[in-house]
Amino acid sequence: MKPAPFEYYAPESVEEVVSLLEKLEDDDVEAKVLAGGQSFMPMLSMRVARPEALVDLSKLSELDYIREEGDVIAIGAMASKSDAEDSALIQAKQPLLHAATKYIGHRQVRNRGTVGGSFAHADPAAEYGAVATTLDIQMKIVGPDGERVVSADDFYVTFLTTDIDSTEILTEVRVPVLPAGTGWAFQEMSRRNGDLAMAGVAVTLRLDAGKCSDVRISVFGVNATPVRCTDAEQLVNGQAPGDDVFSKAGESAAQFIDEPIADVHGSADYRRQLVNVLVARCLAEAVTRV
Amino acid sequence: MATKQEISVTVNGVSYQREVEVRMTLADFLRHELGLGGTHVGCEHGICGACNILIDGKAMRSCLQLAVQVDGAQITTVEGLRNLETGELHPVQQAFIEEHGLQCGFCTPGFMMSTLELLGENPNPSDEEIKHAIGGNLCRCTGYENILRSIRLAATRV
Repeated sequence: MKPAPFEYYAPESVEEVVSLLEKLEDDDVEAKVLAGGQSFMPMLSMRVARPEALVDLSKLSELDYIREEGDVIAIGAMASKSDAEDSALIQAKQPLLHAATKYIGHRQVRNRGTVGGSFAHADPAAEYGAVATTLDIQMKIVGPDGERVVSADDFYVTFLTTDIDSTEILTEVRVPVLPAGTGWAFQEMSRRNGDLAMAGVAVTLRLDAGKCSDVRISVFGVNATPVRCTDAEQLVNGQAPGDDVFSKAGESAAQFIDEPIADVHGSADYRRQLVNVLVARCLAEAVTRV
Repeated sequence: MATKQEISVTVNGVSYQREVEVRMTLADFLRHELGLGGTHVGCEHGICGACNILIDGKAMRSCLQLAVQVDGAQITTVEGLRNLETGELHPVQQAFIEEHGLQCGFCTPGFMMSTLELLGENPNPSDEEIKHAIGGNLCRCTGYENILRSIRLAATRV
């Protein structure tokens, strides 16, 4: 038996989940919520995580949906990543999210892994982190006091830690539709196909009378949480697109990153260099899609 | 709450009812409780793909879920590929033999499960699409060229 013992619960509604989490908290039982488990199951098996209780969300079919609501694509937390990957709605109206989804693990992992799980797990190397801060995705969280909505900037706290309280769950992510005339790009670098990225970048921008505007640049994999490189954005805003300004933006973004993660996959300097190169490449690619 | 739970699951067309420990992975359940050793466990944390099986038609890692989570599901493992009446091998199995798509054979069941999902959705995949579908499978004999040939051949027959 690989994981350490735990009590297992599989509630069938969000309401049931929340009251169960409250009860476990009152009883001083350390509980963890399990979505698709594609990141958390290895942690259980390696016994890095040893919760006393596991609350499995896989019976919450009420959270398995992808639908259009005006200018927003609402994705239920338990929709699988392969459903997001195959969604004609997402491909047509939010191509940045679609492109990022294809980088997550491999097909067999995306078949089981959920969209909500990726956001809530908040691995620094998760593709969705940079997509969230670039697109300003809104997270719908439900707990004992009802529902609240948190924007991406306030959602990520630190490594594997979000604003979700121990008696709350993420129920939906609300992704704005990409406005017409917006260019986008998503690139990352990993040692092998499907591995966790050492660094990655998500960019959107518009062109206004031949000048870049509304530039948004986020990087992931380099700090505990995704980072919006506002200095680099300001450098590009108002400028005509070109290699020169994009290189300067890359350099600026690389310097903007405070103490990049250093591990066996890549040193801090190497990650900084990746940010430099990937930001410049993404800006150039985004312009071609305006 | 009990640490054991009863589940019923259909594996390769056969229904099973078993009481399982809630912390048992699906891979261990298939191998140790049902005696279906064709599903191999390599890394046991989702990297190698040797334990891939089909759950309700989708290829997934059996090491990355718990047996209790598949209550009510339809599962196919490598043992379910062969035609049980005639004994004939599945076209994907036959193609792996003909094109020498296996050496030691440890990774093979996982590769075949990824292939089955791919060909089910896309009967005429490009090489690029094949590589994406099997990107999550590791072969330590590094026989990838012959595995690609096997899948190309299987695509002409499935």
